[in-house]
Amino acid sequence: MRLHGPVRPDDRSLAGLLDLLLCWAAGEVLARVLHLPLPGPVVGLVLLLAVLGVQSSRGGGGEVRSGPVADLLLRHLALLFVPAGVGVITYLSLLREQAVPVAFGLVLPLVVGVAGTGLVVDRLLRRRA
Amino acid sequence: MSTALALAGTLAAYRLALALADRLGRPALLNPVLLAVVLVGAVLLLTGTEYDDYFAAAQPLHVLLGPATVALAVPLHRQRARVRAVALPLVAGLAVGVVGAVGTAILVPRLLGAPEVLVLSLAPKSATTPVAIALAADAGGSPALTAALVILTGIGVAVAGPALLDLLGVRDPAARGFAMGVAGHGIATARALQDGEQPGAFAGLGIGLGALGTSVALPLLLLVGGG
Repeated sequence: MRLHGPVRPDDRSLAGLLDLLLCWAAGEVLARVLHLPLPGPVVGLVLLLAVLGVQSSRGGGGEVRSGPVADLLLRHLALLFVPAGVGVITYLSLLREQAVPVAFGLVLPLVVGVAGTGLVVDRLLRRRA
Repeated sequence: MSTALALAGTLAAYRLALALADRLGRPALLNPVLLAVVLVGAVLLLTGTEYDDYFAAAQPLHVLLGPATVALAVPLHRQRARVRAVALPLVAGLAVGVVGAVGTAILVPRLLGAPEVLVLSLAPKSATTPVAIALAADAGGSPALTAALVILTGIGVAVAGPALLDLLGVRDPAARGFAMGVAGHGIATARALQDGEQPGAFAGLGIGLGALGTSVALPLLLLVGGG
């Protein structure tokens, strides 16, 4: 990445960021207008995937221009969940009152969900190999 | 609370969480989201700060979840050949995991005598927050409580998921990442990204397909369960 000199209008990382933001905006609009059962950012993910497909089929191989900004955002994805995560403290007393159903209601579905999906995909792939 | 203080405090807690986990050999329980949430939460409780004040001030960080979710298209694009190759097993795994997770999330708390509003708030909790909130509201649960349960589920999957998959001998990186994303949305995806681009990409795919699967399965399972 060049850090010195004038910013050129064809700056690749700027174009990559704009691709990402446009897909996000379009995803929010589509989700709302079409009443999709998915949140705007997830629809934006699908749109960006389509854009990246078109870009790389046109431009041959090589790294897509949204790569650097996406890597930066995803590197610290965990950090972005902290403000919402702290919200759990507003439910501490309810969670304590209903500790048993909450604990089992969290743990059992978690185990069944992770194990179910993981085992099915892994074993089907192994049978194929 | 000022935005500057909320952002600096959250970033400091996150860095401290990373440093602490690093110092102690990165045990699964010291997940950076969990640790940073506990640290910030403790400071708010000790200083008598309202959560809503903190959350309003921390918005610049929170809104980045939008573009970060869109950005998951990039690892997915880089892994597109593998995604196409394993599409059918993924769909089968999605169906089993979603029906299993939503089904037990309805059944288990009901059997334990939980109030119905708690049951209906637990049911969609594997899905990503905006989807889970909408599903809870439709079903008659509490959206705000659902948001808290979604977070706890994501942290739980991030903490326990890798060990559980090890125990079951699930070694394929696509299967591991996908299971984490379907069951534990973005928080578990952040954990899967630590293991590499392939599990991270499939976890990202799991967020979207898990949300879609839960939207379809939840109303049907509530119908069957007489909810």
